[in-house]
Amino acid sequence: MTLVRGGRIVLAEVSATIAAGQFVGVFGPNGSGKTTLLRAILGLLAPVSGAIRVFGRAPQAFRRGIGYLPQQRAAVGDLPIRGWDFVASAWRGERWGLPLVGSRGRAQVARAIQQVGAEAIAGRRLTQLSGGELQRLLLAQALLGEPRILLLDEPLVSLDPHFQQTVVALVRQIQRAEGITVLFTAHDLNPLVGAMDRVLYLGNRRAAIGTVDEVVTDAVLSDLYQMPIEVLRYGKRLIVVAGHGPVEAEAHRHDV
Amino acid sequence: MFEYDFMRTAFAAGAVVAVVAGAVGFFLVLRNLTFAGHALSHVGFAGATGAVLLGLDPLWGLLAFTLAAAVAMGCLGDRLRNRDVAVGIVLSLALGLGVLFLYLYTTSASEATAILFGNLLGVDIAKLWSLVALGAATLATLAAIARPLLFVSLAPEMAEAKGVSLRLVGVLFLAIVAVAVAEAAQIVGVLLVFALMVAPAAAAQRLSARLGLGVALAVALALAETWSGTALAYATDLPPTFWIVLLSCLAYLASLAKPTGLARA
Ligand SMILES: Nc1ncnc2c1ncn2[C@@H]1O[C@H](COP(=O)(O)OP(=O)(O)OP(=O)(O)O)[C@@H](O)[C@H]1O
Ligand SMILES: [Mg+2]
Repeated sequence: MTLVRGGRIVLAEVSATIAAGQFVGVFGPNGSGKTTLLRAILGLLAPVSGAIRVFGRAPQAFRRGIGYLPQQRAAVGDLPIRGWDFVASAWRGERWGLPLVGSRGRAQVARAIQQVGAEAIAGRRLTQLSGGELQRLLLAQALLGEPRILLLDEPLVSLDPHFQQTVVALVRQIQRAEGITVLFTAHDLNPLVGAMDRVLYLGNRRAAIGTVDEVVTDAVLSDLYQMPIEVLRYGKRLIVVAGHGPVEAEAHRHDV
Repeated sequence: MFEYDFMRTAFAAGAVVAVVAGAVGFFLVLRNLTFAGHALSHVGFAGATGAVLLGLDPLWGLLAFTLAAAVAMGCLGDRLRNRDVAVGIVLSLALGLGVLFLYLYTTSASEATAILFGNLLGVDIAKLWSLVALGAATLATLAAIARPLLFVSLAPEMAEAKGVSLRLVGVLFLAIVAVAVAEAAQIVGVLLVFALMVAPAAAAQRLSARLGLGVALAVALALAETWSGTALAYATDLPPTFWIVLLSCLAYLASLAKPTGLARA
């Protein structure tokens, strides 16, 4: 399929299959199309060629089964309302009528809040929460209604390394327990290495998918980005470096 | 004071408008659209004076202009963001037109004062019924869209992902605001709509972090301020608008005294 956004081709004739129940880390530089891909899976953006199938159906038909944590979180931290009401606003929020949650809705909200361990902060106002605490509530909102797919767009931004590990472990544990398929975008590979079943690398309008060992290699990444890339292993950590080779060196010489 | 017809009508009209303004105002403040509410009331001024010029009830001119402006603003949507200058210029133009209409009309300054600052004690039975009908329509529409409205206000990207049309809900809500502004202007005038729509809602959001309780508080505050203001006006022979605005400011100031750090209610 090909995805176009703002008149520019973001992904060109990319084809990938994700098995149900997998935890997929989605990586790529800024502007490589991670958010665009998630929006296409949500049915907010139609491919100009090719198609997206979610459990064999058109994305729009599967909307209710997808939990989404957006990257652009419009000023959530400025809302003067309590966390519980914030999470609950997404319970069947697409229906017309009064925003009454009902006993089933209340049970679902309580469940989602408990899944992310946010019971203690759900009574507080969003204006009084830290970035990490807000992140938990956003995750609870995404988990509301027992989704079968979870699309998490950069849930690790502005979290400290310790809490990054907590969030990844939390998502992994929920994903395992419920058999959910997870697409998790991030910039640093390392917090996710132990948790991921597959990595999806985006770049240069193309994509590479596979296990960490298959994809995060000099050969695959160099081919994807059309420049020499080296993957260094430092203990258990992976470090992806670009620009030791002649391509980057040339570019620098021209710039200076 | 209830032995007088005009006082009974004033209390009834005040109640209708306070309930509408409190409930709609709560969402207006939640959505950070108070500037839009302000803008609509000023555009309404041109409509109201234009209606007077044509010999019509200013309420209908006000309503026509606020509704048209609300739909236009809603359709522009996000493009309106960071356009304070453009909106401000359109506002000045609307006020300027209003002044022109008043000048052409010449006869009475009291009509202008009533439009700008309200005339609660001058509400007659026919006007009261118009207010009731408009208020009922507004509240019914608000009740119909409250759920997606809340969703798009708190989590717009997620609401979009679930198939809610941000534009449709946004336009419908601004239309509701337009009618509420026209109603509130009958009581406190176009210049002081803020006192009934924004102040009670803002105070309510400081007092409670719960949504349901917040809406109820906003309505209760607006109602208490309107009724107390009307009673004080009767007792002191001062304009009700003055008392209502004073009480609404005092209530908001009092709400500031509550430390939000403890706001777990
Ligand atoms: N609303 C938009 N209108 C037009 N073009 C857009 C829009 N959003 C993104 N783009 C373009 O689409 C391309 C892909 O953007 P996308 O947001 O998917 O990248 P990303 O991988 O999520 O980046 P980041 O790491 O910065 O979040 C970029 O070239 C960007 O300029
Ligand atoms: Mg992105």
